Amino acid sequence: MKQNLIDIAYLVSAILFIYGLKRLQSPSTARGGNRLAALGMFVAVVATLFVQNLLTPVQMLAGLVVGGAFGALLARRVEMTGMPELVAAFNGFGGAASALVAGAEVARFLAPNAAELMGGSVLSGADAVTISLSILIGMITFTGSFIAFGKLSGRISGNPIVFPGARLVTVVIVLGAVGALAVMVSGAGDFATPGFPADPVVQAALGIAAAGALLGILLVLPIGGADMPVVVALLNSYSGLAAAATGFVLDNTALIVSGALVGASGLILTTIMCKAMNRSLLNVLAGGFGGDSAGQGGSASAVAGQTVNATTPDDVAILLSYASKVIFVPGYGMAVAQAQHAVRELADELAKKGVVVKYAVHPVAGRMPGHMNVLLAEANVPYDQLYEMDEINGEFETTDVAVVIGANDVVNPAARHDTASPIYGMPILNVDQAATTIVLKRSMRPGYAGVDNELFYNANNQMLFGDAKESITEVINEIKAL
Amino acid sequence: MLSNLIVFILASIIGSEVISKVPQTLHTPLMSGSNAISGITIVGALVVAGMVGDPWAMYIGLAALIFATTNVVGGFLVTDRMLQMFKKKD
Repeated sequence: MKQNLIDIAYLVSAILFIYGLKRLQSPSTARGGNRLAALGMFVAVVATLFVQNLLTPVQMLAGLVVGGAFGALLARRVEMTGMPELVAAFNGFGGAASALVAGAEVARFLAPNAAELMGGSVLSGADAVTISLSILIGMITFTGSFIAFGKLSGRISGNPIVFPGARLVTVVIVLGAVGALAVMVSGAGDFATPGFPADPVVQAALGIAAAGALLGILLVLPIGGADMPVVVALLNSYSGLAAAATGFVLDNTALIVSGALVGASGLILTTIMCKAMNRSLLNVLAGGFGGDSAGQGGSASAVAGQTVNATTPDDVAILLSYASKVIFVPGYGMAVAQAQHAVRELADELAKKGVVVKYAVHPVAGRMPGHMNVLLAEANVPYDQLYEMDEINGEFETTDVAVVIGANDVVNPAARHDTASPIYGMPILNVDQAATTIVLKRSMRPGYAGVDNELFYNANNQMLFGDAKESITEVINEIKAL
Repeated sequence: MLSNLIVFILASIIGSEVISKVPQTLHTPLMSGSNAISGITIVGALVVAGMVGDPWAMYIGLAALIFATTNVVGGFLVTDRMLQMFKKKD
């Protein structure tokens, strides 16, 4: 009877998760959808807490309070610009939890009083496999997410970190994990002889955990800053798969369903991100592409010797004020300069003058999927002014001024025609088709071997050098003074 | 095992269908919200840590519980914070 009640509660929470996610299909229903999903989680937890017989309710409640308070603190404290690293950190916590639950399951099977605890059942070969997978994926998610956290928050260099033989090391570690799995399966079937921590099955589980931890680190270290959206989405998927694997371990439908939903979600985002860069997932994971400040390689048709037009805030102010249509193109540089509020203010000033203002957002702009949209939403930019690449690309031809704020690769025309360019084939925003382009950038950074951007050298392009936030503020003041 | 696999596959299909229609503008809230859902491991943590009676399983499970709860509570709250900022033009 009790078990039936729990199963029904899990079904209810699965339904709430699905409808909650469905409501994320529109910004107007999204907030309600998130609450629906949170309600689903509440139902699942309450059913588990109160319907099952907990032997240690006090400890469990304490755990919920500690974890909940910590999570709430992080969620309230974070600045919107710190969102990518927070999402990565939460991902890591989820992965760690899945690995630990599988570890606890090992402890349970191998406890001195296991026969009594488990009602006489022993660790089967299938259990050993699911437990191993759960530990492995959970640990990859855990360490991978925290390396991503380090890179996104600037604690670790955002440049790709590659070393010779990395692939060989990865293969060796994977083989080690498979070996440990074999030990675990062969050790399954009987209860522990030497007791919990010294049992070979436990050693194997620890080995798999170590292998997962190393694999997670090796997965994310070689990824450059520009490729972070792909990896963040992929780790998101792993956190779901880890939860689903744990569901297989515990025979728990709630975990399997939710884990599958999240796994699918992360995988779809990963695919979208890869497509938006015209690269395969394997190519991204091979790493070495695109650091924080520089890309790799360099185009054959180098633009050496060409000059760029530099402009001033008052010229930009005049140009924008007399335009009839302006499109803003935000990129990671806008996030770094925290310029989103200034951009919104500039858009407001232009709207007062009757200028039509739109925003064009490339799918991989920023460091995680949808990064720019969140920042602009924070600055009160209405979401119906934000356009996706395919919606707006036809409009640049009829646009007077396209203002590029801290975006680079996603507006580089070389992607269309320069087969030697590392970004060749990547779909880009066609800003070069606008009558005039203005690029806000700190400097030309001469000397670095990055992907040079053809756009900068176009005759109808003007560079506004300086901190994006300060530059825009100056432009706003000039417009007000006109 | 097989029935679990069936559930997993069906849920994956439903997830793909529902999520492929989420617009780009909501991709970050989608990630943080679905990430909070993956904190469902909280239920697994409660089961292994709370019902077993083995001290090792209890301590490991309790650590899992704290991690998972951080993930769940933080994930849903931060998603809500983001989503309340998404406004239409008035």
